[in-house]
Amino acid sequence: MKRMRAFIQKEFYHIFRDRRSLLILLGMPVVLVTLFGFAITNEIQNADLVVLDPSKDEMSTEITRRLVASGYFDLYKEAQNIKEVEKSFIFSKTKLAIIYPDQQAKDFQKEGYAQIQLLADATEPNTATTLINYASSIIKDYQMEVNGLQGRPPLIQPEIRMLYNPQLKSVFMFVPGVMTVILMLVSAMMTSIAITREKELGTMEILLVSPLSPAIIVVGKVIPYIALAFFNTLVILLLGTYVFGMPIEGSLVLLLAECVLFVLTSLALGILISTRTNSQQVAMMISLIALMLPTVLLSGFIFPIESMPWPLQWLSNIIPAKWFIIIIKNIMLKGTGVDFVWKETLILVGMTFFFIAASVRNFKIRLE
Amino acid sequence: MEKSISVNQLTKRFGKFTAVDAISFEVDKGEIFGFLGANGAGKTTAIRMLTGLSKPTAGKAMVAGFDIQRQREKVKRKIGYMSQKFSLYEDLTVRENIVLYGGIYGLPNKVIREKSGLMLENLELKEVSKTLVKSLPLGWKQKLAFSVAIMHDPAIVFLDEPTGGVDPITRRQFWEMIYEAADTGVTVFVTTHYMDEAEYCDRVSIMVDGRIAAMDTPYQLKKDFQAKSMNDVFLQLVRPEKSTAL
Amino acid sequence: MNDSIAIKVDAVSKQYNDHTVALQEVDLEVRRGELFGLIGPDGAGKTTLIRILCSLILADSGRASVEDWDVVKDYRKIRSNIGYMPGRFSLYQDLSVEENLRFFATTFGTTIRANYDLIKDIYVQIEPFKKRKAGKLSGGMKQKLALSCALIHKPKVLLLDEPTTGVDAVSRKEFWEMLKQLRDKGITILVSTPYMDEASMCERVALIQEGRIMDVASPEEIIRKFDKELLAIRTNKMYQLIGDLRQMEQTHSAFPFGDFVHLATREKIDETSLRQYLRDKGHTSIQMKPIEPNIEDCFMDLMI
Repeated sequence: MKRMRAFIQKEFYHIFRDRRSLLILLGMPVVLVTLFGFAITNEIQNADLVVLDPSKDEMSTEITRRLVASGYFDLYKEAQNIKEVEKSFIFSKTKLAIIYPDQQAKDFQKEGYAQIQLLADATEPNTATTLINYASSIIKDYQMEVNGLQGRPPLIQPEIRMLYNPQLKSVFMFVPGVMTVILMLVSAMMTSIAITREKELGTMEILLVSPLSPAIIVVGKVIPYIALAFFNTLVILLLGTYVFGMPIEGSLVLLLAECVLFVLTSLALGILISTRTNSQQVAMMISLIALMLPTVLLSGFIFPIESMPWPLQWLSNIIPAKWFIIIIKNIMLKGTGVDFVWKETLILVGMTFFFIAASVRNFKIRLE
Repeated sequence: MEKSISVNQLTKRFGKFTAVDAISFEVDKGEIFGFLGANGAGKTTAIRMLTGLSKPTAGKAMVAGFDIQRQREKVKRKIGYMSQKFSLYEDLTVRENIVLYGGIYGLPNKVIREKSGLMLENLELKEVSKTLVKSLPLGWKQKLAFSVAIMHDPAIVFLDEPTGGVDPITRRQFWEMIYEAADTGVTVFVTTHYMDEAEYCDRVSIMVDGRIAAMDTPYQLKKDFQAKSMNDVFLQLVRPEKSTAL
Repeated sequence: MNDSIAIKVDAVSKQYNDHTVALQEVDLEVRRGELFGLIGPDGAGKTTLIRILCSLILADSGRASVEDWDVVKDYRKIRSNIGYMPGRFSLYQDLSVEENLRFFATTFGTTIRANYDLIKDIYVQIEPFKKRKAGKLSGGMKQKLALSCALIHKPKVLLLDEPTTGVDAVSRKEFWEMLKQLRDKGITILVSTPYMDEASMCERVALIQEGRIMDVASPEEIIRKFDKELLAIRTNKMYQLIGDLRQMEQTHSAFPFGDFVHLATREKIDETSLRQYLRDKGHTSIQMKPIEPNIEDCFMDLMI
C-alpha cells in the first residue's frame, strides 16, 4: 500500500509540474463547454422568414406581425404558393417558413380548429430547433391570449416538420457530448501517453526491475487520472447546469456513477493502447485516430446515428461513447433511473472488463 | 603558416554567467586541432560562435578568412560539420544521403554524381548504396558521415565526438581518414570530452570554466604534466587537488 | 552450485527481430564480490547481456542466473535483489533529487534512512542539490543520483550498463572510485563500458565484440597473453608512417595510437634497420621505443 501511495504521489508530481499539460487538461473542458454552449445558445436574430398566407385573416396577420416584431425574424418574402416556399429555402437564406391554412381548409375544419405549419431549414439543426421554439412560443402566447379571453380550448396547434434532418437532436446534446469527449481524452489519451512516456524515458526499465508488480504500476498510473477526469466531470456539469441551464432530471448520484464507469472504460482502453505502443507519439496518434474521431463522429454526438449508413450504425455499437451518451442523455434530460439504462450500463461494464483483460494479457513484464 | 581559424578575446555571456571568457587561439591550415573540456566548460558555446550559430558578446574570430560576425553566410559555406549522432538521415539510403548533402551545399549535379561515385568506391560502400543508412554498422555510418561532411571541399571541418563508442579498429580507420583529409589541407576541428580521442590530434586546447587552461601538442602536454595519457593531463587541470592517475 | 559465483551465464544466445545477432553462445562467470568489466564497443552485445541478467529480456537459448536465481523462473527474486542502472539516464527528470531517491526507496519497500550508510559516500556529494530537479543536474551528478537509486535497497549485485558513457573524465574517475568502495563493501558489480582504458579498474574483464566473448581474464593476464612484439613509433609524417609500416613484410599490424603508431610484429624487429627504412621513405625526427601492450592493443589483436 505504501508503494502504491508513493507511486501515486509521484504521478501527481508529474501532472502538477507539467504546467502546460495541466492547464490544457483543466482548461479544455471549460473552453469546450463554453464554446459549444455559446455557439448554440447565442440568440438568433433576424432570421429570414417566409410566409405563405392564402387567407390573410385576423389570426394569421397578427401572428406574422408578432413574429416579426419579436426581432428574431425578418419577413423575407410573402410566398404565393408552396413552390415558392421551397424555392426560397433552396435559393436564399430562409430559415423558417410559416404556412397558414387556406380559407377552404379553415372552413372545412369547423369549430375554428386551425393548423399552422412551421417549416425549418434543419441543415443547421440547432438553429432550426431554436427558431421553431421561438416561433412556437410566440404562437402559443397568442393562443393563450385569445383563449384567455374566450375561455375555450386551444385553437391553434402548430404542426412542426423538420426538413432535411428529421431526427433533429436535442439542443442539450452538446453537454453530454463534450463531457464524453473530455472524459475519453483525459482518461484514454492521457494515461496511454503517461505510460508510454515511462517507456520512452527508460524509467519503465527501472520500474520493471523493481519489486513493483505490474498491477501497482498500472493502477498507480491510472488513479490520478480518475481523479482528474472526475474533477472535469464536475466542472462540466456545473457549467452546463448553471451557465447554460442544462437540466439534470435524474439522480445525480447515478449520473456520477455512470461517469466513473465511463472513465474506467476509457482508462482501460488507454492502458490497452499503452501496452501495444512504445512511444508517446504513437500512443497519441492511436488515441486521436482510433478513439477521439469515432467518439466525436460515430457516437451520435454530432451526427445522428439513425441517419448513418448501416455499416457505420453497426460500427457505432462498439464505440463506448455511444452507450455513454445514451445513458447520460436519459438521466439528464429524461430523468430516467437505472431501470431504463441498465442495458447500456451493462454493455459499458462488459467493455471495461474486456479491455482490462486484453491489457493484462498484453502487459509485458519484460522489455520486448 | 596560413591560419585557418584565428580567435581573439572571444567572449560569450548569458546574463551574469560568462560561458566563454575571452579565449584566444589560432589553428593552422591542415591541422587537426582538438578542442577539449568537461561538460559545461563552454565548448559547445564556443563552437556555436565559430560556426555562426551564436553571436559573440565581445571579441573577434576569423574562420576560413571570414569574420564570423559580419560574414556568417560565407563562413557557413566554407565549413563542414559532423556529429556522431545527427549527421545522416537514417531513413534515406546511402546514395540519397550523399545526393541530399551535395544538394544542400549547392553542388552542381554533375559534381554530385562524380563525387558520390568516388566516395562509394573509396568507402567500399558501392554494394550498399541502396541500403538505408540505419541498417549500416556504426563504423560505416561514421565514415560515410565524415565523407559527406567534407564533400563540398570545406576549408574546415568540425567534428563533434566523432568516434565515441566504436570498436578500436574502426576508430583507427576513421582517424586515418581524418589524417588523409588533413593531409590534403583540410583543417580538422575536433570537439570531444573523450580524452583518448584527443591523443590523435596534432594540437589540443583544454577548456576549464570558460577559459583555455592549456594548449599544446598532446606529446608536449603529457611531458609538461608528467602524465601517462591525456586523461591524466585533463584530470590534473580540472581537479588539481586530486591528481592520481586513472 | 558453487557459492563463490554470483553471476553465471551459460551458452546464452540472442537474436533480435530484425535479425541482428546480439549474443552468440556467451559463457561467463562473475565471482562474488568482484568488480567485473564487460568491455566492448557499441553494438557488441553488452546491453543485451545485462538486460538478460536483469530479467528484462529473454534469451533465445542458454541459461543465466544471478545469485543462483534463474533469470527466467525467478525473475521476481532477481528484481528485488539486484541494483540496475540502464545505459540511459532513467530517473524522473521532473522530480527532485530527493523525491527520486525517496520514490525508489519506497518502491523497494525501504527508506532512505534505513540504507543511508551504503549510499552516504555517494549521496553526500549530491545532497546539497537535493531540491533540484534531476533533469537539471550535470552529467556526473546524474550518474551519482542514478547509482544512489540503484543502491537504495542494498542489492547484492549491481548491474551497470555503460555508466560512464557521455560523462567527462573527472566524473568517470570519481565514478570508478565509488565502484571500488562499493566492491569493498562486498557488492558484486558487473559494469559494461566501451572505454578500453577502464579495464584496468576492474579485477577481471570480458572482452566482447560482435556478440562473442573473446577473452575473460584479469587485465594483467590479458596483457601477458599478448604474444607479439610492440613498438611505438613517431615521426614527422604520421599519416605516411602508417602506410609505410604496413608495407613491411614483418608487420602484423600498424595502428595509430594517439601521437604514436603501434607496430605489432611476430618476431622482434631490428630497430636500426627499421630506422633506416623509415629514413629512406623520407621520415625525420624518428622516435621509437619498445612498449608493453595495453588492453586496446590486446583487444585489437583479438579482433584481427
